[in-house]
Amino acid sequence: MTKQTLARLLEQQPYAADFFKQNKLDISGFEQLTPAEYLAHFSPEELEDRALEPERLLADLALYLEQMRDFLGLDEQQPLRTLTILPGRDKAGQAEDFERLTLHTSEIVSIVGPTGSGKSRLLADIEWAAQGDTPTGRRILINDAPPDPQWRYSSRHKLVAQLSQNMNFVMDLTVQGFLQLHAESRLHPDPAAVTREIMTAANRLAGEAFALDTPVTSLSGGQSRALMIADTAILSASPIVLIDEIENAGIDRKRALELLVAQDKIVLMATHDPLLALMANRRLVINNGGICQVLTTSPAEKAKLGQLQQLDAVIAAARQQLRRGQRLS
Amino acid sequence: MNLTIVSGPPSSGKTAVILKTIAALKSRGVKVGVVKFDCLYTDDDKAYAEAGVPVQKGLSGALCPDHFFASNIEEIVRWGKQSELDLLITESAGLCNRCSPYLKQVKGVCVIDNLSGINTPRKIGPLLKSADLVVITKGDIVSQAEREVFAARVSSVNPRALILPVNGLTGQGAYELSTLLYNPDLQVETVQGMQLRFPMPAALCSYCLGETRIGQAFQLGNVKKMDLGEPEA
Ligand SMILES: Nc1nc2c(ncn2[C@@H]2O[C@H](COP(=O)(O)OP(=O)(O)OP(=O)(O)O)[C@@H](O)[C@H]2O)c(=O)[nH]1
Ligand SMILES: [Mg+2]
Repeated sequence: MTKQTLARLLEQQPYAADFFKQNKLDISGFEQLTPAEYLAHFSPEELEDRALEPERLLADLALYLEQMRDFLGLDEQQPLRTLTILPGRDKAGQAEDFERLTLHTSEIVSIVGPTGSGKSRLLADIEWAAQGDTPTGRRILINDAPPDPQWRYSSRHKLVAQLSQNMNFVMDLTVQGFLQLHAESRLHPDPAAVTREIMTAANRLAGEAFALDTPVTSLSGGQSRALMIADTAILSASPIVLIDEIENAGIDRKRALELLVAQDKIVLMATHDPLLALMANRRLVINNGGICQVLTTSPAEKAKLGQLQQLDAVIAAARQQLRRGQRLS
Repeated sequence: MNLTIVSGPPSSGKTAVILKTIAALKSRGVKVGVVKFDCLYTDDDKAYAEAGVPVQKGLSGALCPDHFFASNIEEIVRWGKQSELDLLITESAGLCNRCSPYLKQVKGVCVIDNLSGINTPRKIGPLLKSADLVVITKGDIVSQAEREVFAARVSSVNPRALILPVNGLTGQGAYELSTLLYNPDLQVETVQGMQLRFPMPAALCSYCLGETRIGQAFQLGNVKKMDLGEPEA
């Protein structure tokens, strides 16, 4: 396959272009050569100057192309339907008191427990698809079977996407450029269409609308959060989304969760905000490194959620009045 | 004894990641020591000593730190064996991104951070390209999309490396990294006769030898000139 000319390679596997670009290899004018012939045109001095090793590059190219083909095929091959956690031990060595915990796509589960109680360890167990080989001894099953090692080792196909309050945009790009870049790195067939889709979704979540030409670093907190959630829901390859709190300002959190669920994600949400925690149907209580209870949200709690949402609406309305310079009625 | 060579741009999180990894290894009864290589200054030895980790430091001063590394690694390995370590980790800051301290038969880990910008994987040479394991830090402060793009770019320049996100502050991912660094069946007795993965650049121009004066007349040896093209009228 790397015996083909560069022109043919790029025609059949256009993502090869990024390999050359990231490795600073300018192939323009050499399209009629094979990769090996192209690399052979460098003199020994040029190779040393540019720190290039032709043999390694050729092997890397073959591996890269193989990985990209796998990556493109994955979405269709094995969609995740269930995530199962088999119990392990807490920090005192006590067995966790549940038999097996199966989460389904489009399900929201909240995680509660004091700081340092083991929320990150639980998350890391899921991220790493633990097989009894982490300090908790937990095991993770995907679709009721031990997971394919690709979940652990492939850099492009991670089980878990994360959203937290501390996350910021650091790239010097407009919203449009940012989404375009992400779509290209995901090998999305239609970056323009998915960019529009994410923009529409993000603006439905954000209190104040923003435009495609806004630099990502000048978005407000609520707008950043909205864009991150819409982008993760629609464009991230990870089937599980972990949320570490979503603050209540400038973003419609109910719609945000609905969007993630509509994209068939499993949502795990660490939160102590009752409005969020009760939106989940189940919640895991973590203590001393172990899952000590799995609670199903009761009808009484759902009724309580209704009351809390009304209270929240009263506060939100008052905030809005203040912002407009009005007196509180 | 196992040996691991950790390298990466300044302040990328090497020490933070190594300390969290050592904590995970200690809980499994593995004895770890560290040698820090730097150029002019480092406080890392104090951080390791505070954590109760046997540590040595080497400042290369007027020399390239990676050249200095190559000249000292044999003695360092001897020190590690005499100290009865199960695992010796070396930490060096990559400075010019051209040299890299990795040896062919020894696990090489590159630590880079999400904050350094998505064009960084392209700018770092053998330090990233020839690592066996790439640890990406500071994912806790950038967006999911930026993490994904960054990891994809690392994977384009080094498709054979295993890429592992590790949080240097919380240690998330460090336990997993520790399982990839220590293998009790693997024993390094000496590094004598081992080879660097990538040759260091041919140096030795007048300035390598202490010349300070500027001008053609003072330039001898391996001198390279920029091609500035024709002046525009
Ligand atoms: N937010 C965040 N900060 C981190 C992370 N990892 C490291 N840091 C911080 O980054 C700074 C540099 O970390 P070090 O571990 O000293 O980096 P280093 O690569 O050892 O630096 P040198 O040895 O001086 O080249 C410290 O302030 C760390 O606390 C991370 O995952 N997230
Ligand atoms: Mg350090």
